[in-house]
Amino acid sequence: MSLNVVNAQPAGFSIAQYLTCLTGIVWREGLRFVHQRERFISALVRPLVWLFIFAAGFRQVLGISIIPPYETYILYEVYITPGLMAMIQLFNGMQSSLSMVYDREMGNMRTLLVSPFPRWYLLSCKLLAGTAVSVLQVYAFLLIAWFWEIEPPPIGYLTVLPALVLSGLMLGALGMLISSGIRQLENFAGVMNFVIFPMFFASSALYPLWRVQEGSPMLYYVCLFNPFTHAVELVRFALYGKMNWVSLAVVAGCTAVFMIGAMLAYDPSRGLSRRGPAGGET
Amino acid sequence: MTELASPTTHNHPGDIAQPPGSAEKALSIANVSHSYGARRALDKVSLAVMPASFTALLGLNGAGKSTLFSLVTRLFGIQAGSIRIFGHDIGQEPGEALRCMGVVFQPRTLDLDLSVRQNLLYHAALQGIGRREARLAAGEVLSRIGLADRDGSKVRDLSGGQMRRLEIARALMHRPRLLLLDEPTVGLDVKARVDILNHVRSLAGEQGIGVLWATHLFDEIIPTDDIVVLHQGRVLADGKVARIIADAGARDLHSAFMHLTGIVPDPGELAP
Repeated sequence: MSLNVVNAQPAGFSIAQYLTCLTGIVWREGLRFVHQRERFISALVRPLVWLFIFAAGFRQVLGISIIPPYETYILYEVYITPGLMAMIQLFNGMQSSLSMVYDREMGNMRTLLVSPFPRWYLLSCKLLAGTAVSVLQVYAFLLIAWFWEIEPPPIGYLTVLPALVLSGLMLGALGMLISSGIRQLENFAGVMNFVIFPMFFASSALYPLWRVQEGSPMLYYVCLFNPFTHAVELVRFALYGKMNWVSLAVVAGCTAVFMIGAMLAYDPSRGLSRRGPAGGET
Repeated sequence: MTELASPTTHNHPGDIAQPPGSAEKALSIANVSHSYGARRALDKVSLAVMPASFTALLGLNGAGKSTLFSLVTRLFGIQAGSIRIFGHDIGQEPGEALRCMGVVFQPRTLDLDLSVRQNLLYHAALQGIGRREARLAAGEVLSRIGLADRDGSKVRDLSGGQMRRLEIARALMHRPRLLLLDEPTVGLDVKARVDILNHVRSLAGEQGIGVLWATHLFDEIIPTDDIVVLHQGRVLADGKVARIIADAGARDLHSAFMHLTGIVPDPGELAP
């Protein structure tokens, strides 16, 4: 029962220790998620409002022709479901990344960052943990949507999982990159106005791109180059057991670029230095 | 400002090249400077903490203590100077350096909604300690701080003193050889303060851990302690408390501090 000082430890860490660290971080994020019921409910209400109200209202206005991956005429609700799934991840990614950079979670980030594992690994684990939470939220949404007659093939619930992990990572890394790099976007309202809304509306989440092209060729290209469009399409195809290779390549490439950028840009002093340098936090 | 000679163990400014025996130092800070934009928070700070010693870092609020802690824990990048923990440079080998170190930050960093045990297990995972070993270590540290029966309680339900003791226990989970504490008794009542101080002193005395204890409270320091006086980002004095008092020609640490910092020019003025 003593804490005798251990003198010699082998340098570096084993793979098992890396995994222990990853599981620990995801486990904690899961526990916190379970304890924050309000966060869970608000994350669910947002897409459900779109599904129950917006989609129902627009059902008559927007006709959807048969486009892949769909093999038949579909209701508008069915069309926007993948977009709403990606929206859940977009909000979750921005929210959790913002709190990693700014002070809300600073105390917890400190305990994370004094871990002896490499910083890029710790931040990746943290992004994965945030993604895991967003995936849970998406499945909860899909469950409710099922009762609203959004019924993708059963295999789709499985095939969509890797797509959700990848898109969740991309959006989380993007959030971290943005909140590390742009000073003015330190509150969530700023991120909503300048990141979430433009990304969401200038994408294929709410309307197929061929309809956008009819209305405005310019906007069509904006949508086409929006990584969020590809996250939506990746999820949409995967939900029907299909693969959209272009979207996979774009999302995987963007994930890599955003993650590397976020690791390089992440500077824990930013959350602290703004309130008084010498640890003015209380 | 007077620069006092350090009698035994401490590095002097300019001592960047590590002499052969420096690997023995638990913590060695050499010529570290840090600026926030134009404001200089630390100016060529050098100090050392030996194993099995209790070193107090004494300074007023804003002296640069927390900045120094952020640098030692790799939270901030080092702008100038070097920091070594048991010979491991924090910039070059952060993993090995951080492994030797336990930290208690000034703000509370526990998850209030998680249980005592969950907080400890999370920290163990961050150190790469597997579940089984972590459970054993958690039981061990909890019984040491007398919280063994509270391991299922939410941290939110603990008292301030218990939370601090838990944070110290957490910092010891991976058996570090250097323990850093940034004003750990702020906001605690007298009894909790004494308990924590005694506990940490015993860690240094009985287990050979090097302790750096940042504080602005003079009554937490006893004459046999090592002490580093930090004021406006500069080290004004370091060495044994008794020596610093004697060198300043003061009657106690409080008046020696006032004299060193130039708040009261004549040390005799404050003496009772």
